[in-house]
Amino acid sequence: MSGGFATLFRKEVLRFWKVSFQTVAAPVLSALLYLVIFSHALAAHVEAYPGVGYTQFLVPGLAMMSMLQNAFANASSSLIQSKITGNIVFILLAPLTPGDLFAAYLLAAVVRAVVVGAGVIVAVAWLVPLPLPNVLWLAAFALAGAGILGALGIVAGIWAEKFDQLAAFQNFLVMPLTFLAGVFYSIDSLPPFWQAASRLNPFFYAIDGFRYAFFGRSDVSPWTSLAIASATLCALSWMTLRLLRSGYKLRH
Amino acid sequence: MAGPAVEVRDARKRFGGVRALDGVSLAVEEGEFFALLGPNGAGKTTLISALAGLVRPDAGRLRVMGRDVASEYREARRLLGIVPQEIVFDPFFTVREILELQAGYFGLRASRPWIGELLERLALGPKADANMRSLSGGMKRRVMVAQALVHRPPVIVLDEPTAGVDVELRQTLWQFVRELNAAGHTIVLTTHYLEEAQNLCSRIAMMKAGRIVALDSTRSLLAAFSERVLRVKLDGCALPATLAAGAVQDAAGWHRIPVENAAQVESALARLREAGARVSHLEVAEPELEEVFVKIMGRDDAAPREAA
Ligand SMILES: Nc1ncnc2c1ncn2[C@@H]1O[C@H](COP(=O)(O)OP(=O)(O)OP(=O)(O)O)[C@@H](O)[C@H]1O
Ligand SMILES: [Mg+2]
Repeated sequence: MSGGFATLFRKEVLRFWKVSFQTVAAPVLSALLYLVIFSHALAAHVEAYPGVGYTQFLVPGLAMMSMLQNAFANASSSLIQSKITGNIVFILLAPLTPGDLFAAYLLAAVVRAVVVGAGVIVAVAWLVPLPLPNVLWLAAFALAGAGILGALGIVAGIWAEKFDQLAAFQNFLVMPLTFLAGVFYSIDSLPPFWQAASRLNPFFYAIDGFRYAFFGRSDVSPWTSLAIASATLCALSWMTLRLLRSGYKLRH
Repeated sequence: MAGPAVEVRDARKRFGGVRALDGVSLAVEEGEFFALLGPNGAGKTTLISALAGLVRPDAGRLRVMGRDVASEYREARRLLGIVPQEIVFDPFFTVREILELQAGYFGLRASRPWIGELLERLALGPKADANMRSLSGGMKRRVMVAQALVHRPPVIVLDEPTAGVDVELRQTLWQFVRELNAAGHTIVLTTHYLEEAQNLCSRIAMMKAGRIVALDSTRSLLAAFSERVLRVKLDGCALPATLAAGAVQDAAGWHRIPVENAAQVESALARLREAGARVSHLEVAEPELEEVFVKIMGRDDAAPREAA
């Protein structure tokens, strides 16, 4: 890794921090709205886990969902904006390695995700009593989940040539996968087919494991979740690095 | 030995059916001030992009100060400063932030004094803390020049740096670039203002349809393809027969009489006087690169070739 990595990482963090009203405050507000609406509409719902109220159950999932979506948004929107405005040329002219590019975009995406996730939890903690989470599990799943979506964001940002292509990627892949990953329900409550389908969704493991960090309960063992989330992250990272090395859509 | 500052061997690149580079070879020696000329679409930017690693050639080798731009890309890019043709900028940052970031991408940390000097030399001082968005086109162009120089590259490539730039900046820019050249930097530039190339560059390559169609010193090109001419406009009389042989008349009524030196100017004027011709306008035109360019581009071997 070269000295250039640190600068690119810093630039990527500055980029969202300079507009943190849109990139941090707005997603925290959306998560709060979801919480208010769903908990109001479904508060009478059965307890997801014994002793865990539905509103409580909802919080980690919503926080993780915001993290996933913002990690994706950070990497993908930065890349596509640089490509469309053409200023990506200044990064491509520098002696940055594919590994530098990957690490800088990925880590910046994780930072944004963590800031948003922390924002959601802190904001919600005023409204909903939450148990103290297990910090290790919390960190492990936050990093794995944000990492997966950060890498996916890099891929989407490289692949998309127009904003509507990126929007399609987001609307037809990222949104359905996050919404159907058990944010709003425990998958044990689903019919068998949908249970099986959910288990094919890697985002499900990030959310389920993240919830485990709070309640010590989850649909699958946190170790399984961690193994699957980490494996997904590794596979995606490997693919993204290959894409960057090949110069696909960046160097013609 | 590191070899030439820039070395291109048989570079080829196709974009669909277009041969943007059709077997380009050239070498630019260290310390040269070199011009890459050619009509729109000749392949100049593609060649520069291949040098910078922005375009991957289909075949051929390119080196910067002896470093292969593909296998030794990190070294090659450190040695190369490129000012892209299109104006591009990052609207999130100020001029100074942009320059500090660019230095950082090259792994440079203690570059503040040099950035200060660049801001000063390119008359960007008053705009240093302005957002890039608020700058005029010419100002943005200056920032791009500064960005290309932030890592003090020994080889500097400017792709039409004076397009859309006012006279004052053009002069300060060339003054600055000349000083860089005098300090040992190799300069490669493209421009459609041929007088600029003629005045600045010691050697010139002309491209057309992805090929080099002329490559020589500015002096030799001028000597081979252009000449000093005495231009006269006569007041209602014909050119004396003794001069008419070598002369041509253009649409505006100017007679162009080739002259090699001052003595020939004198003798031509003497003949005009002897013939009693009334001269209404008179000037001596020096050889011009524009003429060289037009002649070379009009040659058969410079005709565009269809891609197979
Ligand atoms: N990315 C690309 N995709 C498709 N065609 C391209 C691409 N880049 C360049 N070309 C084509 O390659 C040819 C050479 O283009 P290039 O930009 O190198 O010309 P140039 O000499 O720089 O012209 P100008 O003086 O207008 O800047 C042109 O026909 C151009 O249309
Ligand atoms: Mg060009």
